[in-house]
Amino acid sequence: MAEPILRLEGLCKSYGGLDVTDHVDLEVAPSGVHAVIGPNGAGKTTLINQICGLVAPDAGRIVFAGHDVTHRPVHARARLGLARSFQITSILPAFSTLENVALAVQAHAGSSFRLFGRADREEVLNGPAYAALVEVGLGERAHVPAGSLSHGEKRALEIAIALAMDPKLLLLDEPMAGTGREETERLVHLLQGLKTRLPMVLVEHDMTAVFELADHVSVLIYGRILASGPPEAIRADRQVIAAYLGEGE
Amino acid sequence: MPLLLFIALAVVPPLASMAGQAHVTGLFARGMIFALAALGLDLLVGYGALVSFGHAAFVGLGAYTVAILGAHGIHDAAVVVPVAVVAAAAFAAATGAISLRTRGVYFIMITLAFGQMAFFTASSLAPYGGDDGLTVSTRTTLFGYAPLGRDVALYYVIFAVLACAYGLMRFLVASRFGRVFRAAKENPVRVAALGFDVYRFQLAAYMVSGVVGALAGVLLANATEFVSPAYMSWRRSGELIIMVLLGGMGSLHGAIIGALAFLLLEEWLAGVTEHWKIIFGPLLVVVVLFARGGLVGIGAALARRWWRG
Ligand SMILES: Nc1ncnc2c1ncn2[C@@H]1O[C@H](COP(=O)(O)OP(=O)(O)O)[C@@H](O)[C@H]1O
Ligand SMILES: [Mg+2]
Repeated sequence: MAEPILRLEGLCKSYGGLDVTDHVDLEVAPSGVHAVIGPNGAGKTTLINQICGLVAPDAGRIVFAGHDVTHRPVHARARLGLARSFQITSILPAFSTLENVALAVQAHAGSSFRLFGRADREEVLNGPAYAALVEVGLGERAHVPAGSLSHGEKRALEIAIALAMDPKLLLLDEPMAGTGREETERLVHLLQGLKTRLPMVLVEHDMTAVFELADHVSVLIYGRILASGPPEAIRADRQVIAAYLGEGE
Repeated sequence: MPLLLFIALAVVPPLASMAGQAHVTGLFARGMIFALAALGLDLLVGYGALVSFGHAAFVGLGAYTVAILGAHGIHDAAVVVPVAVVAAAAFAAATGAISLRTRGVYFIMITLAFGQMAFFTASSLAPYGGDDGLTVSTRTTLFGYAPLGRDVALYYVIFAVLACAYGLMRFLVASRFGRVFRAAKENPVRVAALGFDVYRFQLAAYMVSGVVGALAGVLLANATEFVSPAYMSWRRSGELIIMVLLGGMGSLHGAIIGALAFLLLEEWLAGVTEHWKIIFGPLLVVVVLFARGGLVGIGAALARRWWRG
């Protein structure tokens, strides 16, 4: 395998007595979709939060794109090319949909310590932002306040924001959470298009979506990686069926 | 609306002298000085949700710069203004670096603490009047000239500074920098996840705000020809916050209207009854509580209603 884009080594995190991340070792390939599945409370969001820097691990190492980022702040990791979506939608509700994305473009388009010139009129920011909106199907909604979007549209906006950061790796924390059947299908289709040019870590509950998209699946239970491998192998894994897949099907 | 506001302010002195009420010019001059300080504070409170409760310290810093340099025979703006600006920026950098590590109530408390520190430091400056303060014998000059000698001239200098500061603030909040700062108010985690070091942006805004406050202080010392630690008291800081809320935060001109309304209301009520504070306090509370957008918000709502017929 080529040099992984992301490597977790012996990552540990506990809250009180609860081991939420328990010696997790994980390698994410520089292309394709790496799904992380597991029941509610398995520690998936906490794992994503440690990768992006919102939660500090108790022990272990996080290596991203060749840099040890274990102790780097959130914004520094984002600058290295780590983008994420949030399980609970995290946008700027009072800003227009376009500005939400334009700000992401701005993050890597030269200096933001610019005190003059109207940022919302800058074509170098709005152009790529609009393109990202069109890509996720929100072109028509560019000028409404992001807060007024439907739930499904907000999920799509999260992805547009992440795309506009022009990242090296995309972390998606349950992007389909709470969306209807039709919207889920649209998102799956969208991600299918993206996976050819961008590696992703996909945390998701929707097993249909996971097995449609994933090139590699890791199963997280009680903070531990129970199994990790190609989707067919995971689907057939006795332990996984017993611990997780079996209960839903 | 902001344009109307500035036109109205521009015609105060001639109208006041025509009406034989020259003291009104002085009142509006003071109003504009506080408007300037409130304008700077609105950047933090209105656009950054950073409720600084020590903002009077910056005003005091500017005022003391005039008085202390004046006591040593230095009166020229070419020295006074840069010193005030650098002092305020340095004080803001030092106190902001610590305060901005905290959030919410803690931020309010720690800025209050720094404000009180400045207050007590000024009180203990025995050579410069200590508790009693000191008079400013000579108004600030500009390259040897004394344009501020006449009250009307001073009025228009204050007016010009306020107008410039307003224009610069407008640019600032709409700029790339301002957009990051405003976004951090709404969702700091999201903004950090985009790759912005929120802390740096907030610290820079805190410094800008402090410098604007110090400029107000320089003008205040000139207008009152006196400085005292009272300029830095927590009550002054609280009044500045109330001015911002009263006018309507996050609009810039709201802060100006709030400051003017505050001083005019205070002046008028004090003339009507000696128990004016009993009316003034609750009145402020009512406006701030029930009109979320402050006076600007009330104005906009009335205009909408009138527009519809
Ligand atoms: N900040 C926190 N403090 C205490 N417990 C937490 C915290 N964050 C998460 N947990 C706990 O850690 C466990 C894993 O949570 P989470 O990572 O959100 O799981 P998942 O995303 O897999 O559903 C849960 O039991 C949750 O209650
Ligand atoms: Mg979760």
